[in-house]
Amino acid sequence: MELQGFGHLLLSGAWITIQLAICSLFVGLLFGILGASAKLSSSKIAQAIGNGYTLFVRGMPELLLVLTIYFGSSAVLMAIASIFGYDEYIELSPFIAGVIALSIAFGAYATEVFRGAIQEIPKGQREAAMALGMTRFQTFRRITLPQVWRIALPGLGNLFLVLLKDTALVSVIGLNELMRQTSVAVGNTKEPFTFYFAAAMVYLFMTSISMAGLYFLERYANRGYHGARA
Amino acid sequence: MSFKKILTTAALLAATITTPAMAGDSIRIATEGAYAPFNMVTAEGELAGFDVDIAKALCAEMKVECKIVAQDWDGIIPGLKARKYDAIIASLSVTEERSRVVAFTDHYYSNSLGLVSAKAGDFDPKALEGKTIGAQRATIAGQYLEDNLGDKVSVKLYDTQDNAYLDLSSGRLDAILSDKLPAYNWLESEEGQAFEFRGDKIDIDDKIAIAVRKKDSELKESFNAALKAILENGTYEKINAKYFPFSIY
Amino acid sequence: MSWEWDVIIEHFPRLLQGAWLTLELVLLSGFAGLMLAIPLALMRVSHRPWLKAIPFGYIFFFRGTPLLIQIFLVYYGASQFEIIKNSALWPILREPYWCAIITFAMHTAAYIAEILRGAIQSIPKGEIEAARALGMSYPLMLRRIILPRAFGIMMPAYGNEVILMLKGSALASTITLLDLTGMARTIIARTYTPLEVFLAAGVIYLIISALIIFLFRYLEKRFNRHQHWPNEKPKDLDPQH
Repeated sequence: MELQGFGHLLLSGAWITIQLAICSLFVGLLFGILGASAKLSSSKIAQAIGNGYTLFVRGMPELLLVLTIYFGSSAVLMAIASIFGYDEYIELSPFIAGVIALSIAFGAYATEVFRGAIQEIPKGQREAAMALGMTRFQTFRRITLPQVWRIALPGLGNLFLVLLKDTALVSVIGLNELMRQTSVAVGNTKEPFTFYFAAAMVYLFMTSISMAGLYFLERYANRGYHGARA
Repeated sequence: MSFKKILTTAALLAATITTPAMAGDSIRIATEGAYAPFNMVTAEGELAGFDVDIAKALCAEMKVECKIVAQDWDGIIPGLKARKYDAIIASLSVTEERSRVVAFTDHYYSNSLGLVSAKAGDFDPKALEGKTIGAQRATIAGQYLEDNLGDKVSVKLYDTQDNAYLDLSSGRLDAILSDKLPAYNWLESEEGQAFEFRGDKIDIDDKIAIAVRKKDSELKESFNAALKAILENGTYEKINAKYFPFSIY
Repeated sequence: MSWEWDVIIEHFPRLLQGAWLTLELVLLSGFAGLMLAIPLALMRVSHRPWLKAIPFGYIFFFRGTPLLIQIFLVYYGASQFEIIKNSALWPILREPYWCAIITFAMHTAAYIAEILRGAIQSIPKGEIEAARALGMSYPLMLRRIILPRAFGIMMPAYGNEVILMLKGSALASTITLLDLTGMARTIIARTYTPLEVFLAAGVIYLIISALIIFLFRYLEKRFNRHQHWPNEKPKDLDPQH
């Protein structure tokens, strides 16, 4: 990629974009599992927390979430820390603020995907596992979770594609990811179309690779479900 | 990858990334990186410009290690308040509103505002009614525009000065109200050839200084001492000459 | 940390002003997007491969790239070309308001087209065969059978898409528009109270999305009213009346 000497700047941005997306995916999956557990829990308080989480986050623009976490988090974190007598400064780099904001958003949607998937597993299976003497945790780990993985995969895959594109929003808080590096290049060359289009192609390439990866993951997860072989 | 593995990785990641970083002995200085020639990012991804040169000269004078970081303009003061860095050297003007939140050192250059418009156009700074004028969000120029001309002209605020220039070139804006010195730099460049200053400069007694947190008076004093030193030993003059053929102090 | 309620109260009217622009952007682009999605979806369900390819490329691009890039491509990108600046389109494209609506409409159309395609394909074959047996032409069948049925089926998914568009509309703030997010950012540039103002804006977004949900529940009932027949007998069918 040449682009008047700015090609490598875009590529270095793309690498940060990938790191940002993958970190947010893992943390977001964790939020999703926690959220689904809270929603399906028998505790009314946990249910309320789960519902409040998904309701609030799914109604709030991701851009606003990124801005709020970045500009607001330090004040909140330091207020909490000072209760414990810790008066030093607490830093959230744009990268970490980005990961937190994106994974909170991812987690809220993933909560619904996991919840749907867990509910899709026939109750009889859990009862059978319990009857075999498994504990609730063992049942969850050995019976429910492996199947949830399979059922939830298409939904989670879509969410990952959304996440990958949302990483561009983190450019507004100054992380040098693909979008921001592109704007730097535009500022230097005054050729907005050329560079934004080039960046769009890089994003398109990344989403295509992810879609291909998802296709194979889904095939792998469904390997026992293709009907009897001759 | 098994689900268990993902869970463990996610938990590990969560544990590592939320650990707060602590301030070291070095000074961290924020600049914006989109305000040529004072601060900008080069094709190599490095920060450069007048502010950055001054910052480096001051640090050399103070004999401390400095880390200069890029920070989005909207968040540059909140970031200082939140202790993401210790000082701002980003062509930040001393204002009453800002002085309530941060402490300023002595000024390191002075600025005025000017209107920039197309040479070919018939833009008249005496008849602004109904014109579209742009400025960068959260700058003196932006606030001057809102406060003094807000009811006469249509005000457009941009995230970066670069984006405002893009829109002046594209003809969406009749003029930009901008700090005079960076505009001077842009008018000298290739893209700025078709544009010029219109009307008198707007003197707003704009002094540019370094911002530090209110309670860091020690840091403020050492910046002041270093500033005085580089003004006396000719370092400042050399940096000045690199960017402008006249003194901007 | 101190919480400054008076900042929220003082600037609330301006936030509401921003919310109004947000609503305008979402409603206009949501409607334009739907109109654009109809031909795209119809081409997608066509049996001719070359006709299918056009919407496929369109949808692939708009769903595969970030909205932020798309809005910058339209707003800043268009002005790179003299040919566009000298054309009749420029008076529209020079306005950030229209750039936002055009981008949002094209973006959401890609998603709506896929939803609509799914809905069309899930209409029971018998209904379409019955229409054909009655001798209906394709346009008539489209108007009377296929589209009304598809709208009924897609309503919940379309409602979700409008809410996603509401959230996406925050990006209008990056091209100088003072929508709810843009207004919040401009206020914060003066007051330095990010948490208070962003949270107030967030609550307004929540209220707007609640309104959209209610609107679509109502629309869903209206479009699918034929399915509620046995329970809610319309008055004018009552022979006693």
